[in-house]
Amino acid sequence: MSDLKQTPLYELHTELGAKMVPFAGYSMPVQYPLGVMKEHLHTRAAAGLFDVSHMGQVILSGESWEHVARSFESLVPQDVLGLEDARQRYGFFTNDAGGIEDDLMFARRGDDLFAVVNAACKEADIARMRSSLEPEIQVTEIADRALIAVQGPAAGAIIAAMDARANDMAFMDVVDLTLGGIDVWASRSGYTGEDGFEISVADDHAETLVRALLAHEAVEAIGLGARDSLRLEAGLCLYGHDMDANITPVEAALSWAIQKVRRTDGARAGGFPGADVVLRGLAEGPARKRVGLKPEGRAPMREGVEIFDAAEGGMRVGVVTSGGFGPTVGGPVAMGYVTRPHALVDTALWGEVRGKRMPLSVAKLPFVAANFKR
Amino acid sequence: MKFTEEHEWLREEDGEMVVGITIHAAEQLGDVVFVELPDEGTTVSKDDEVVVIESVKAASDILAPVDGEITEVNSALTDNPGMVNDDPQGEAWFFKMKVSDPSQMDEFMDEAGYQKFIG
Repeated sequence: MSDLKQTPLYELHTELGAKMVPFAGYSMPVQYPLGVMKEHLHTRAAAGLFDVSHMGQVILSGESWEHVARSFESLVPQDVLGLEDARQRYGFFTNDAGGIEDDLMFARRGDDLFAVVNAACKEADIARMRSSLEPEIQVTEIADRALIAVQGPAAGAIIAAMDARANDMAFMDVVDLTLGGIDVWASRSGYTGEDGFEISVADDHAETLVRALLAHEAVEAIGLGARDSLRLEAGLCLYGHDMDANITPVEAALSWAIQKVRRTDGARAGGFPGADVVLRGLAEGPARKRVGLKPEGRAPMREGVEIFDAAEGGMRVGVVTSGGFGPTVGGPVAMGYVTRPHALVDTALWGEVRGKRMPLSVAKLPFVAANFKR
Repeated sequence: MKFTEEHEWLREEDGEMVVGITIHAAEQLGDVVFVELPDEGTTVSKDDEVVVIESVKAASDILAPVDGEITEVNSALTDNPGMVNDDPQGEAWFFKMKVSDPSQMDEFMDEAGYQKFIG
């Protein structure tokens, strides 16, 4: 336990009464005294502040944007070259089998690419970029900046009151702002399904900025517990649970994040690890697919619950990969993988909880409509 | 009121024991979202899993504190599991039971002993 790393906000979490837990090698707040349920509901009603400094921040630089983008396209199936300046996109690193090594957000900042990757994968991601990208591309881990997220319907007004340029930011825009005298890199994005910002700030100024934000009546500190239920209701994948190295983007229902230009007959078709598998999957459809799952009763169906096509006997047709209670939905919600014939919305299935088959149905994702600023 | 090392409390009422979980246990569980109660009339042995309780975090079992028969369950919890957080040592009792062997209760703690136990 003593080997756990701390974010620059560790002392503040402790002062706020957070319950700290080990997560991806860091000591992170899982909840504050408000508790998971109220933290979740507060974020959807006003604004929540999350410390996500454990995530990896990486800058790629080269001779030009085109140089960086073309090189980065050798690792991801996204349209990187076509990304406009000051815009961000969701993507994922694939492996030779077409599986997902990690998912990430990447932004164009002038000629540089700024990526935010998962904490548990960041070392592997950086090693992969250093070994696979052209040697002329510089891969710099930004280890001296915290990352915070401010999420919820009140987030826009709170940030805009500190820097009016935020008013002009649409979903997935990235802009340098000055918040209370502190220079930050902001993107209008997040992982809760709400409008909001992810803000990269120098370690030395992180606590000052967070205290200023928490001084707003509308802002509460939110832990990993509510972050998980918020992203689950929003239908967003958690790496290592809803996707991993053995699951392709097509199976994970992430085909929407593979732009046309990288698909078969696109101008820059393929050219990423496992392209043959992924492009074939796009053409033929997946054998199993990630879907939303709505248990009919009140009992949550958690990760690992097996899914069957009958109340008794029948066949095992899938498994839950994320599940729990959705505070905004007011009942249990889950997602998981089912075989293709069972992946249509409203298909009746059964999850085995404590030896009992309980009814559920395949549900449309997200469970809670997204509230982005378009 | 008596307390167990499993963080349950027992309160005598009309010759039966009313059973619930302690304030400390409810705080540790976090927001309770689901409670599954046993059938009334079920005969149970000490340490049988009789109640399933799920919080936003995880599922837990409540064990029968002693041998006996479940005589009544608090079905209000099924519709309103959050009661467990609001009033764990009062309104949110789980079940009542007829105790077969009262000597099994000798080892239970009083309130002061339990406070010391949870330190």
